[in-house]
Amino acid sequence: MLTRRTFFKSSSLGIGSAALASLLAGDAQASTGLPSLPNFPAKAKRVIYLFQHGAPSQLDLFDYKPDLQKLRGAELPDSVRKGQRLTGMTAYQAKFPTAPSLFQFAQHGKSGMWLSELLPHTAKMADDICVIRSMQTEAINHDPAVTFFQTGFQIAGRPSIGAWISYGLGSIGQDLPAFVVMVSQGSGGTQALAERQWGSGFLPTKFQGVKFRSGADPVLFLSDPEGYSGTARRRFLDDLAKMNELKLQDYQDPEIATRISQYEMAYKMQSSVPELADLSKEPESTFAMYGPDSRKPGSYAANCILARRLAERGVRFIQLFHRGWDQHNNLPKEIRGQCRETDQPSAALLQDLKQRGMLDDTLVVWGGEFGRTVYSQGVLTDDNYGRDHHPRCFSLWMAGGGIKGGVTHGETDDFSYNVVRDQVEVFDLHATILHCLGVDHTKLTFKFQGRHFRLTDVHGSVIKDILV
Amino acid sequence: MFKTFFKTGALGLALFGSLPAQTDFVRDVQPIFAKSCYGCHGPKREMGGLRLDVKKAALAGGLSGNPIQPKNAAESILYQRVAGIGDQARMPMGGKLDPEQIATIRNWIDQGAVWPDAATVEVTSIKRHWAFIPPQRPVAPAVSNSRWVVNPIDAFILARLDKEGLKPSPEADRVTLLRRVSLDLIGLPPTIAEVDAFLKDKSKNAYEKQVDRLLQSPHYGERWGRHWLDAARYADSDGYEKDKIRQVWAYRDWVIKSFNRDLPYSQFVIEQLAGDLLPNPTQDQLVATGFLRNSMINEEGGVDPEQFRMEAMFDRIDAIGKSVLGVTIQCAQCHNHKFDPLTQEEYYKIFAFLNNSHEANIPVYTPDEQRMRSDLFRRMNEMEADIQHRSPDWQTRMAAWETQVKTGQPEWTVVKPEVDDISNGGQKYIPMKDGSLLAQGYAPTKHKVKMTVKTDVQNITAFRLELLNDPNLPLGGPGRSLKGTGALTEFEVEAAPADAPDKITKVKFSRATADINLPETVLDPMFFDKTDKRRITGPIEFAIDGKDETAWGIDAGPGLRNQPRKAVFTAASPISNPKGTVLIFYLKQNHGGWNSDDNQNHNLGRMRLSITTAANAEADPLPKNVREILLIPAELRKPAQTQTVFGYWRTTVPEWKDANATIAGLWKQHPEGSAQLVMQTREDPRETHILTRGDFLKPAKQVSPGVPSFLNPLPADAPANRLTFARWLVDRQAPTTARALVNRTWQNYFGIGLVSTSEDLGKQSEAPSHPEVLDWLAVEFMERGWSMKAVHRLIVTSATYKQSSKVTPDLYTKDPYNRLLARGPRFRVEGEIVRDIALSASGLLNPKVGGPSVNPPAPEFLFLPPASYGPKVWIEAKGDERYRRALYTFRYRSIPYPMLQVFDAPNGDISCVRRSRSNTPLQALTTLNEPMFLESARALALRTLQEGGKNDEQRIAYAVRRCLSRKPTASETAELTNLLTKETKHFESSDAKPWNLAAADPTKPPALPKGTTPAQLAGWTAVSRVLLNLDETITKE
Repeated sequence: MLTRRTFFKSSSLGIGSAALASLLAGDAQASTGLPSLPNFPAKAKRVIYLFQHGAPSQLDLFDYKPDLQKLRGAELPDSVRKGQRLTGMTAYQAKFPTAPSLFQFAQHGKSGMWLSELLPHTAKMADDICVIRSMQTEAINHDPAVTFFQTGFQIAGRPSIGAWISYGLGSIGQDLPAFVVMVSQGSGGTQALAERQWGSGFLPTKFQGVKFRSGADPVLFLSDPEGYSGTARRRFLDDLAKMNELKLQDYQDPEIATRISQYEMAYKMQSSVPELADLSKEPESTFAMYGPDSRKPGSYAANCILARRLAERGVRFIQLFHRGWDQHNNLPKEIRGQCRETDQPSAALLQDLKQRGMLDDTLVVWGGEFGRTVYSQGVLTDDNYGRDHHPRCFSLWMAGGGIKGGVTHGETDDFSYNVVRDQVEVFDLHATILHCLGVDHTKLTFKFQGRHFRLTDVHGSVIKDILV
Repeated sequence: MFKTFFKTGALGLALFGSLPAQTDFVRDVQPIFAKSCYGCHGPKREMGGLRLDVKKAALAGGLSGNPIQPKNAAESILYQRVAGIGDQARMPMGGKLDPEQIATIRNWIDQGAVWPDAATVEVTSIKRHWAFIPPQRPVAPAVSNSRWVVNPIDAFILARLDKEGLKPSPEADRVTLLRRVSLDLIGLPPTIAEVDAFLKDKSKNAYEKQVDRLLQSPHYGERWGRHWLDAARYADSDGYEKDKIRQVWAYRDWVIKSFNRDLPYSQFVIEQLAGDLLPNPTQDQLVATGFLRNSMINEEGGVDPEQFRMEAMFDRIDAIGKSVLGVTIQCAQCHNHKFDPLTQEEYYKIFAFLNNSHEANIPVYTPDEQRMRSDLFRRMNEMEADIQHRSPDWQTRMAAWETQVKTGQPEWTVVKPEVDDISNGGQKYIPMKDGSLLAQGYAPTKHKVKMTVKTDVQNITAFRLELLNDPNLPLGGPGRSLKGTGALTEFEVEAAPADAPDKITKVKFSRATADINLPETVLDPMFFDKTDKRRITGPIEFAIDGKDETAWGIDAGPGLRNQPRKAVFTAASPISNPKGTVLIFYLKQNHGGWNSDDNQNHNLGRMRLSITTAANAEADPLPKNVREILLIPAELRKPAQTQTVFGYWRTTVPEWKDANATIAGLWKQHPEGSAQLVMQTREDPRETHILTRGDFLKPAKQVSPGVPSFLNPLPADAPANRLTFARWLVDRQAPTTARALVNRTWQNYFGIGLVSTSEDLGKQSEAPSHPEVLDWLAVEFMERGWSMKAVHRLIVTSATYKQSSKVTPDLYTKDPYNRLLARGPRFRVEGEIVRDIALSASGLLNPKVGGPSVNPPAPEFLFLPPASYGPKVWIEAKGDERYRRALYTFRYRSIPYPMLQVFDAPNGDISCVRRSRSNTPLQALTTLNEPMFLESARALALRTLQEGGKNDEQRIAYAVRRCLSRKPTASETAELTNLLTKETKHFESSDAKPWNLAAADPTKPPALPKGTTPAQLAGWTAVSRVLLNLDETITKE
């Protein structure tokens, strides 16, 4: 974290140059990633992953099924369901009435992409995004499904995708961590989101995501006691460093030098993070673009602005989690709320990155952990229905660095129940994200318990059709 | 790297370019292998998983991958390693091949690496991996300086240093040594008084006396127990989505206690795997099985409980693999193990040993509570003996009563209704063999379950609802609340003729009876539902009064509440339908709290419905167990059974009213106790199947319990149960068990294990740095009765351990990770100890051992959405409990305690036997600004001003000694004095606010020591904050 030059300048120590060089080499590795990466020229330098937590309904947003309208209320044919596993919430439901979407779809952009009326802003970016309609996952309950998306495995314990990427590629800037996470709460009900979802698993803990939040302390314990800032803080840290340097001279343990440098980094974060989180200098036009919510600290819209600011400041992997998509009941009402919160800011982020010339080297991903059922959970009425978890097919979109815009990839059957063309597994998505970053997913490995682990385990193939 | 390599490679070629045109494997290459490689990569050993005497094995490669790339020596690891290219150790170890030999190998590879099939050893079985052969005690080698050697550890270490041309470092100074051994053995720095006493003690065994003192300290168990708790994935919540609180601290305390009494490790493992199967298990031995139960539990609304029982099973096997066996086995969950010889079938054979248990939850009592209980029971027995003494004819009278109550019980027909799963609120009602339903999975706080059954019985007069115990319910049930209780808001029945099921009529009840009718009681606050209704429980009438606020309650108080209960509902007129009747039962359970994601349910746990045609049927007042004893002829009953019957009968005898009231009063004093998750064997065993790809929905071939064939065999005649499995794990012939434990112990002392991959000693593990030390310690460990304290004593009294940890640039370059041990260990302590040091240095530490987990200050937002799933309880501890050692901090799996998380403490999702040790800016921010660290800095400042001495120099020395144990050097004193002066001056300025730094709440400043100013205290707080943030303070040196 500490650069070689500042270290030499700030210390007048008698430490042997070999030890120091090795210390700095080791340290450099923490911020610049593995020397063997990237494997090939990267299209994207960074990723902004907009995780829609709780699982948005593909049927009401992306996967246009006009023919379903005629089948409203009809029993889902067994030939479609084929006895597949249902969750415990509807497994014993006596009826599976088909619930077509209440929302209108229309074609957008030059590409004529079909999108729901719930996404008017995203629709304006249709020619920049690639919708994948043929996602598929193995997990059917939230926690294991998010764990699968985040780590490539349903059971907790493996590194998250952001940790893999910060391990492999390090950070771009000097003053912020490589992997930053922000969580916002939607109007819908919440599902759990454990800290381990951005954990480092068996990778060293320094690669875990750092959670930023809104408010005075975007990073925990960032603020000094009141009235003890500025010069007082500097004076204090200088004295602390001098004391540590005395020890370093005596013991020559490079860990002491690392500790000194980490206090320096903490000091830098004490200014860089509040500066980052302070949106007061953003022009009016920013807030206009991201929508009215963007003035509310902690909202998804505000986090989208922060995501752009983090991207500008060299953070490698930025992940937003927006919660509240788990619409088992009252889907029409709740999905309207969730879309109001996310549609405009997500589109604005794309627009904003594009204006700044950053969309070309920023990969943006938008999606949840699985899809939702075509049949109604609970009673289907003229203006209401619910949808249960559905892992067999769902939609998400990608845009920017390395991805072809205006593309709709993959296809599901008439009931949006099974994938019929170009199935994309979670591993394929992972492989593709890594590919955009210039990383061959089979080469990003870490040896643990006698085995070379990788994010994509023994699976994954890059979705070539959607690449630029 | 490649660039350098090509350069070197070109040079090599230039130098040795004049070699025979065609290299012949048998003539040129194999002799080199035989002479220089087979020793480690041949029939005796397969270091790094590689052997070079078998063609197939050599080409397949070892740990580092395929060593030979035909026609491309440059890319071949074999060539790189013998040529000394790259950053890996040069081969052969401890020597070099001649340049000609290296060139021969290079040419052979470049020419295509032709290896005639005839030129290979045929092996029927590849040699066993070193770790799978039981350890033998190696003989200590001769060394350069035998005076340095305290015990054989030192001889092995020194022999290696001799070989490397290194010398051990001098012994660390006494203060450093005492601080090191204190941090290592009890996780706390020595006090100033302890340091002084040690410095004064001039006896030859002064150090050994300190080691004894520390090993006897109750904090020893906290320090070393914590390592085991990592492996046991201990946490205070369920994990996954809801991450509800669970009570398992009794297990944590058992671990601490077991370390403190140096329970032999073999016994320690046996009790954790199968304590419940030991003869007459003690409470401790039951609690020990909590080890297996530390798995996460998912109670999301949609889960299939069986899926997560299976995942818990996988987790248990993983935990046993890492913590006890030291072998990775979970890969074989889905497929045969790729590297170690474990087959998928063998994995499920282990699984079968563990698959036959209830997920039980039992009440447990602290030692004090246990004493209270035995005292109460003694007094109750005395009371009953007294009654019997005063009424010598009691036996005759009881027999007469028995005759009277034996008859006249109505015949009941159990009905097995279907549960309507829309009505279950997400709770699973699992049908049991006896016709009852067991509630599992998600627990809604309010629901009205509908159950339907068709019966041909005519003239139905009454319905019986039995509430039954089950090991899988909290405290055995019969309810699902944390106390194992439940409440029935309303019981309703509808009936319809089977041939006209739409003609439903509601059954009117003429009365209801129950074997327990408690007085009207307002609901416990844990069931608060955010309404202002007065919600109550009481007698059975409350279940048929049509009111939502009232319910039949069964909580008879501590010690009495977890018993089966029954209620009978009499129909106003009998029900008959010639073609049979459809009965629809509704069990309304609305007396839970507002949050179904917390432990607020008040549901029934296991229930059974019956019908009768008898007239005047009512609930049998006799408890189930008494009724069962009455079926045994009096002369065949055991005295305890007779006493049980008496215990009920006496309550029906009016003349003993006073004595009965006294005994009932004693029950009221019964302690509440707490709960613990344990293993309990099922009566009807489960079948175990291989699961295809580990999927619980794809069972394949059935398997029986067994162990992997590459490890020690099971005893021939042992029963196939968990106890046998547990004993097998700690058999003297178990090759990895002792090694795994001593290796981890070593890791905790020296920062890195003798085998660095301490979770896996299998074929893919890194080769041990000192195989002889590993084996010698493993054998000593077992032969000294699996005593962990004996291993600690051997290590901490060795000369190796006592070396100074100062490093020179040369030594650092040669051995950056200190694998050779030419110096003592020096690294940052674990997260818990980082906090404990701050608390101890400031004098705030509360040294209390054990008890429920505590809630020190934590950022409030963590426990509210969106940070957590639902609002979580975190009532900040007041007073002393704030300052408990960090291992007692409550551990929510989904919201790790920030200070511990940032210092690499695992969160208990899975077994962890090797923590990372990071050094990050977030750690700096934590020790600078986390409230407890600031509180510690303030307390240290205040204490220093109060007790630190007469002048600043003395005070500085005092504060430094509290943090570092040693005295400051002159330059440190100068630096700190300078800091103190500057800071005090800063706070003396008119606009400074000293209390902002010196007090947690500037409006409530602490009392100042006489003659001191707020600015001075603030200055000292700044100095204390520096001291608590020093690298050395949180480092074991």
